[in-house]
Amino acid sequence: MATTVRAVPRGRAAHVLAYHLVGYRRTWRATVFSSFLLPVIYLAGIGLGVGGYVDRGHHLGVAYLSFLAPGVLATTALTIGVEESTYRVFSQFEWDRTYEAMLATPLRVVDLLLGQLAFVVFRALVAVVVFLAVMAAFGTVHSPWAVAVVPVGGLIALACAAPTFAFTATQSSAQGFSVLQRFAVIPVQLFSGVFFPVSQLPAPVRPLAYLSPLWHGVELCRGLTLGTLHPWPALGHLAYLAVWAGVGFALAARTFRRRLVV
Amino acid sequence: MGGDGYLISATGLVKRFGDFTAVAGIDLGVRRGEAFGFLGPNGAGKSSTMRMIGCVSPPSEGRLSILGLDAASHGPQIRARLGVVPQQDSLDVELTVLENLTIYARYFGIPRAVAQRRAAELLDFVQLADRAGDRVEPLSGGMKRRLTIARSLVNEPELVLLDEPTTGLDPQARHLVWERLYRLKQRGVTLVLTTHYMDEAEQLCDRLVVMDGGRIVAEGSPSALIARFSTREVVELRFDLADLDGARGRDIADTLTGLADRVEVLPDRLLLYTADGDATVTAVTDRGVEPMSVLVRRSSLEDVFLRLTGRTLVD
Amino acid sequence: MLSTLLLRVDPRRAGAVVERNVLVHRRGWIVLLSGFFEPFLYLLALGIGLGHLVGSVPAPGGGTVPYPVFVAPAMLAVQAMNAALTETTFNVFGKLKYMRLYDAVLATPVTPTELALGEIGWCLARSGLYSAAFLGVMAVLGLTPSWWAVLAWPAALLIGFAFAALGMALTTFLRSWQDFDYVVVIMMVMFMFAGTFTPLSAYPAWVRPLVELTPLYHGVALTRSLTTGSPDLGALGHVAYLVVCVVLGLWIAARRMARLLLT
Repeated sequence: MATTVRAVPRGRAAHVLAYHLVGYRRTWRATVFSSFLLPVIYLAGIGLGVGGYVDRGHHLGVAYLSFLAPGVLATTALTIGVEESTYRVFSQFEWDRTYEAMLATPLRVVDLLLGQLAFVVFRALVAVVVFLAVMAAFGTVHSPWAVAVVPVGGLIALACAAPTFAFTATQSSAQGFSVLQRFAVIPVQLFSGVFFPVSQLPAPVRPLAYLSPLWHGVELCRGLTLGTLHPWPALGHLAYLAVWAGVGFALAARTFRRRLVV
Repeated sequence: MGGDGYLISATGLVKRFGDFTAVAGIDLGVRRGEAFGFLGPNGAGKSSTMRMIGCVSPPSEGRLSILGLDAASHGPQIRARLGVVPQQDSLDVELTVLENLTIYARYFGIPRAVAQRRAAELLDFVQLADRAGDRVEPLSGGMKRRLTIARSLVNEPELVLLDEPTTGLDPQARHLVWERLYRLKQRGVTLVLTTHYMDEAEQLCDRLVVMDGGRIVAEGSPSALIARFSTREVVELRFDLADLDGARGRDIADTLTGLADRVEVLPDRLLLYTADGDATVTAVTDRGVEPMSVLVRRSSLEDVFLRLTGRTLVD
Repeated sequence: MLSTLLLRVDPRRAGAVVERNVLVHRRGWIVLLSGFFEPFLYLLALGIGLGHLVGSVPAPGGGTVPYPVFVAPAMLAVQAMNAALTETTFNVFGKLKYMRLYDAVLATPVTPTELALGEIGWCLARSGLYSAAFLGVMAVLGLTPSWWAVLAWPAALLIGFAFAALGMALTTFLRSWQDFDYVVVIMMVMFMFAGTFTPLSAYPAWVRPLVELTPLYHGVALTRSLTTGSPDLGALGHVAYLVVCVVLGLWIAARRMARLLLT
């Protein structure tokens, strides 16, 4: 590549982030609306309904709402991570062709990636902060450590977004996203200990749940909001999520280059 | 067919979008078998007129009859007998080249076997048979355009509407499209096209209307329009940009008074409309005017347009 | 109003719209297959997970039923809703705004009503297959104590039809992908509050009339009464409500589609 000889301005990824933020300025209302409303709906729905039935049984040692809420928070981070990395990224390849336009400037592929991933993390952070406030209003925050779920939420989003970016760059049509949704996202959401403890799964499939980045995210968030997190397992969970983010980024850089630099 | 013998006839046709009037009352008639053109710059109202003729845009006012049927009430019946090539290719990117034709044929209710046969013939006609099984996306602009033209022919239309058929194509691709359209015309298909290219209008159209600001400003065959609104030859005198700036441009024009039927001052050149170009060039040098370069050419529709509107077509 | 609209429909042309989708998905069979996979997961998660935590709940016909028996028919209805709304909002929006597919289709004799019916027909063909599979799995897992459950299949189709028509209508009002956040919120509200996870009696009295307004509530109540074997006259009321949704959605969709594309 001839890009090495050109003198290029600094902070290029920041420009990409700025680009996405400018777009977001027009659309933030709808997303904030949903990132506030969805948790309210969720927590109120469970609190009003099924939570009462679960609490009769005292299986969990804590109110079902308190058990569920941090799990749903982690799931929100995952959902944003994946959503922002599928159709949105795909349309920039195929429909709006933003990437093509960006690469006609001094920007490099890694700048596009870093800038847009930073935007995804930003989106997740906003949603997590709002979610945490809603959780507090529902009385499901039991420890001051709960504030730490904010950066953890960002990390979960990054760990899910980076590999999804890599996947999206390999897709020639939008059809692959429903497959991703059904074979990866939904199973992960259902069996990562969000709605019921992983210990309830049959022993042979339990290790699959441990592979899911969401399980690690849920463990972290739940430990933080209930105040039951121990440092060593916490480090393990963080490291595992960081590996997903790192490997995902490397893969994304490869697949993006293969698609854009031809 | 309408009683007046026209395939398309419009009277007082108006199209408004809110406060904006795209087509400000036009009358026209297109005969069977002719190639009829709308010539004009972007925003002249050509595409709006085409969409009304295609029965996908109801007229705001006026009467429009196509194939003897009223456009306002017989949309599906008329569309069944039309072929449409929209300005932007709207090919189905989820289908292959061949499927784009077969499925489109099905929208007309054409039986599957017939659709298959016609699709194969049409791919031959537009020279895309070897790409039949390919996706649409990787095709070049010219190929997509040809495929769109093939698609417009699946229902064996009596009338084909082409909105800017060659805009954005390279010269070679344009000539290929023209050649295919010429063959269609030979087969007796009525063609109605819009263009802002003079050469396209001169190549393809038997008769055309010049549109500007939603109105028809002239009508006739390309040669008749040139004869009526221009001279046989044009002398183009090119100057340094600063020389033609404002008053100085008019000064030069004044110096040349009487040498030509008409003088047009453009930002970068002077146009002298005259019957004998070479004689005029000699006269210009005699008056001591020294342009950077001199070109003598035949009059074209561009000159007609300039005369009619005071503006050039492609800015 | 709708009858005049439907009288002029040429089924061949609406059929061609379905045919186009079939052709596209013949290559994307894996996507179709994945649609079967999803309900299995939900039933599994509910059966071994949440079901264990909840125990049993009041049944519609009186007495109590194990939670999976209670919630599975609701999932059937939710699935029909989700399939219909995803297809007619996300996919149709893409075709409408980005692929310019409908511009090309409407240049042919196909009318907006035929186009809408074709898209909905495809959506139903697809979700009908899924509902049948879902119901089959429910039966195998012993979640359909009554033979009335057979009727839950046409019920699911009706639910799908209602949401597909409403979805098409809704899509014509969407301006950008960002507006889909509102769609997601609407889906979520219905999912959480339409009596899906809990009997209507579990809600405070003031919430109940609101719940009864949602089309999903009527879908859930209908399928639940059928699979648990306790349909009564109320079931006919649910059917009527869903039919009204179909008519209304279709009428708005066709009119708006014409307004958007035939300008």
